[in-house]
Amino acid sequence: MTMILRIAFLLCVSLSAMAAPDIYQFDTPEQEQRFRVLLDELRCPKCQNQSLADSDAGIAQDMRTRVESMIKEGKSNDEIVDYFVARYGDFVSYRPPVTPTTSILWLAPLLLLGSGAVVIVLLLRRASAKVDDSDEGSEDSDVNQRGDQ
Amino acid sequence: MKANSPWVFLPLVGFVLLALLLASGLGRDPQELPSALVGKPVPAFSLPSLMTDDTLTQDSLKGRWQLLNVWATWCPTCYVEHPFLLELAARGVAIAGLNYKDESDPARQYLAEHGNPFTHVIVDADGQLGLDLGVYGAPETFLINPNGEIVLRHAGDLNARVWQEKFVPLLEQGQQEGGA
Repeated sequence: MTMILRIAFLLCVSLSAMAAPDIYQFDTPEQEQRFRVLLDELRCPKCQNQSLADSDAGIAQDMRTRVESMIKEGKSNDEIVDYFVARYGDFVSYRPPVTPTTSILWLAPLLLLGSGAVVIVLLLRRASAKVDDSDEGSEDSDVNQRGDQ
Repeated sequence: MKANSPWVFLPLVGFVLLALLLASGLGRDPQELPSALVGKPVPAFSLPSLMTDDTLTQDSLKGRWQLLNVWATWCPTCYVEHPFLLELAARGVAIAGLNYKDESDPARQYLAEHGNPFTHVIVDADGQLGLDLGVYGAPETFLINPNGEIVLRHAGDLNARVWQEKFVPLLEQGQQEGGA
C-alpha cells in the first residue's frame, strides 16, 4: 500500500515538473521565481481571464518572451509591469493601481464584508432577544412532558 | 419584530441594483479594451518593407493623416475587411499596412491576388512592433495624425459602420484643427 502511494506521489511530482516551461532558461533561481510571479500577475489581453502563465495565445507567448528578456536585462518587476500597462492599459495587470476608476474593485470587498458583519450583528441581537423571551415562560417544557407520558 | 420591517426590502433593493449593474454590462464588447496608446506617438521601429528593399521607420507614418492596418494571411477576419480597405484606398485614404507575425511570400501573394490597398507595408515578422503597439490580434486599425501620433485604435474588422462612427468624426475634427 505504501509502495503504491509512493509511486502515485512520484508520478504527481514528475508530471508537474514536466508542465513547467522548459524553454525559458534563467541564470539564477531567483530570476526564475520572479518570472513565475510576473506570469501570474499579468493577464493575457486576447484570451481574457487567463494569466500569461495559463494562456496558449500567440500574444501571450510573445509577452512571456518579452518578460524573460526584460528580466535578463535586469529590469525590476515594477518596470516590467509598467511596460505592459503602458501598452495594454491597467487591464493587463491582475493587481490594478488604486485610481478613481478602479476604486470599486478595491472597496467593494470591504463594503461587502462590512455589510455582512452588520447583518450578522443584527441577526445575533434578534436571536438573543428571542432566547430571552422563551426563558421567561417555561410552559413549553410542561407541555412536552405531558405528551411523553 | 415590526421594527425591522424596512429591512425586509433590503434584499430586493440589492437585487435590483445588481440586476441594473449586470444589465449595463450586457451590451458591451469585452474584447474592446481601452487603449493606453491614444495620444502617444507611434513607438520607434526599424523594420523591412514587404514590397520594396527599403527599411521603414516611424517616420514613414508621419506627414499626413493615415491608417495603420494590422493584418496577416492567417487571419480570417482580414479577408473579410480587405474589400473595404480597397474601397477606402480608392477614395484616397492613405493606409499603411503592418504585416503581423506572417511570412512574406504568402503575404505578397495575398496582395497580388486580392489587391493592395496599402501605400507601404511594414514587415513585423516576430510581432515586436505589434507588442509595442499593444496589438493582441489581427485585424486592428490605428488612426495616425500627421505628427505620427495615435488618435484612435480599433480592434476587430474595419467596415463602413465603424468607419463612419469612429474614424470619420475624428478625421474631420483633426483636419479642421490642422487646416489640412
